[in-house]
Amino acid sequence: MRKSRIVGHIAAVVYPFCLVFGLYVVLHGHLTPGGGFQGGAVMATGAALMMVAGMFDEGEREIKYHHYKAIEAFGLLLFIGLAFAGILSGHGAFFRNIWANAGGWFGAPGESGSFNSGGLLPLMNLAVGVEVFGGISVILVTMIRAMKAAERGEDREDEEGEGAE
Amino acid sequence: MNTLLAFWSLHTPALAVALPLLGAMLVMLVPAERFPQLRGIVFFLAAALGAFAAINVAGQALADGACTYVFGAGPRIGGGPEATCTTFSGVPIRIYFHIDAAGALMLLVAAITSTAAALYALRSEEGSSGLTAFQPLYLLLVAGVYGMVATGDAFNFFVFLEITSLAGAALAACRIDRGLAAEAGLKYAAISSLGGLSYLVGVGLLLARHDLLNIAALSQAIQGGGPSATDYAALGLMALPLAMKAGTVPMHQWTPDTYSRAPHPVSAFLLISSQASLFGLFRVAFTLFGAPVVSTTSLGAFLAVLAALSMFVGVTMAIPQHDVKRLISHHAVSQTGYMLLGASVALAVLGDAEKTAAFGRDALAGSLFHMMNYAIYNGLLFLAAGAVVWRTGKRNLDDMGGLGRAMPVTMLCFGIGALAIAGIPPMSGFASKWVLYESVFRYSPLLAIVAMVVSLLTLASFVKVFQAMFLGPARKHLSEVKEVPLAMAFPMLLLALATIAIGLFPDVVMQRLLLPAADALLK
Repeated sequence: MRKSRIVGHIAAVVYPFCLVFGLYVVLHGHLTPGGGFQGGAVMATGAALMMVAGMFDEGEREIKYHHYKAIEAFGLLLFIGLAFAGILSGHGAFFRNIWANAGGWFGAPGESGSFNSGGLLPLMNLAVGVEVFGGISVILVTMIRAMKAAERGEDREDEEGEGAE
Repeated sequence: MNTLLAFWSLHTPALAVALPLLGAMLVMLVPAERFPQLRGIVFFLAAALGAFAAINVAGQALADGACTYVFGAGPRIGGGPEATCTTFSGVPIRIYFHIDAAGALMLLVAAITSTAAALYALRSEEGSSGLTAFQPLYLLLVAGVYGMVATGDAFNFFVFLEITSLAGAALAACRIDRGLAAEAGLKYAAISSLGGLSYLVGVGLLLARHDLLNIAALSQAIQGGGPSATDYAALGLMALPLAMKAGTVPMHQWTPDTYSRAPHPVSAFLLISSQASLFGLFRVAFTLFGAPVVSTTSLGAFLAVLAALSMFVGVTMAIPQHDVKRLISHHAVSQTGYMLLGASVALAVLGDAEKTAAFGRDALAGSLFHMMNYAIYNGLLFLAAGAVVWRTGKRNLDDMGGLGRAMPVTMLCFGIGALAIAGIPPMSGFASKWVLYESVFRYSPLLAIVAMVVSLLTLASFVKVFQAMFLGPARKHLSEVKEVPLAMAFPMLLLALATIAIGLFPDVVMQRLLLPAADALLK
């Protein structure tokens, strides 16, 4: 697959928009359809676009692979950490939404439907979004890696075939 | 310190699931190549702490009768107004854990086996390349199994069922060296998804009909109002996939592949995940639908036939096998038949209070007893066979022989496991099989005779395996083989000790654990 400069640069322009739109869907998860998973998937399409356009070369892909893995683990850890917040706060069970209606961030009481509501839910959405972004990107890198390996393997077989002739 | 203890005892039901989950996430953050030891420590600590919490919960539940934990609740965690928080249509919406004596039994079994297998995995999987995936997935599987047996919500059960299915499938495919493992994993994933979907449709039917998901509230609604066609449909849709996930004939084809291709410690714990599905079947049949629905269907008789088939087909398939792990996997199918047999007899006589008191209750207790023993001795067999495979690199029985001199501890452990699975006194398998024979005989002598014949065939099969692996002249290509290290021998010895201890004091286990568990299911 030859790399096209035009496609690559357009992808680079679209990439931040993908991320921002994904983040928008994630952060409004407690108000509108969508949420962590969908938003994370939208963010990952940005990464997919960059990879398909050939903007990450092989070395960069290997580095990105580890970054995405760390992002995924961080998202998961954030989620479970937020679930523990209820226990650690001392007055609630596992998964207690301790910020709901408590004032402060995302805790404005009586303002249902406003962005500043939902307690810990927006943060949990964010954690899921980060995790899904990392996870899907890891899958994409693995698939592209396998694809490239297969391409190389086929090439080698062809060469052997020619040699035999 | 005191506040910490108070915290611990307040939150143990959640922590049993939360600690392995937290460990799974933490272990992912430690680089596998640079800090393998730290990774191992986090992995084992998470498994051990989760098991400790699970044992603690089981103790609380056995002492108080039952133990409840409401997720996301305010200060009143054990229930109260928060527990019955409802929507406009009166649906209790909190996810909550409800651990009765039956759940406590399963938690105990899962805790013991998961810790032993995790300890074994520390050494047996050391240095292998798949650890990045193996350790988090194993902890996820553990958390899923605890959740399945502890939950009091029909939909929440589905969530944990999916967690165990996905983690189990990925673990079975962990060693993709020859493609066989990938096939086994894929098969397990496909079967599990199909089963999970069917269960979900069943739950959906119940939700549409009764507007409830909470198992306790649902069972009241179903059993109080008289069964409807929807209830029968839901019973079928929920019971059959769980029987499939437990590996019952004719839906057993995935078991030999999945168990035999998974890494050795995972094989030992995948058994428990199948047991949790079987336990789910008990929950659905006894707790959720109960006498009004089940006794007007022939579910009990139908499952009894499946159980007899499982026992017989499993053991006859096992006899000609040459791959040692595949052979044990076929025996797993046969042993599942025993567990299902006792429970199906109890189901068949559920509507008849007199017969239930006479032998139905004993049959169910015997079934639970066999579940407990099987989890321990079959886990032991997988670990011991895995130890031999790990040292020799051979899976085929024809390539082994005379290993008893080099691996005496492994031989001892495998021998104890083999005696237990064949039902020879004083091992645990004898006690539970005896309870089953006695109670099943009063329902149908034919079924009891099938069970006894299968037990004999099991003995024959294991005599062959034991002889092929450990006895006979030493083989030249196995002269370098040594005993397994202590870190792998210790968990095996632990399980062997449990097998003997249960076999020596079956009365204590019966009175303290199993009869309360059976009563909790029959209630």
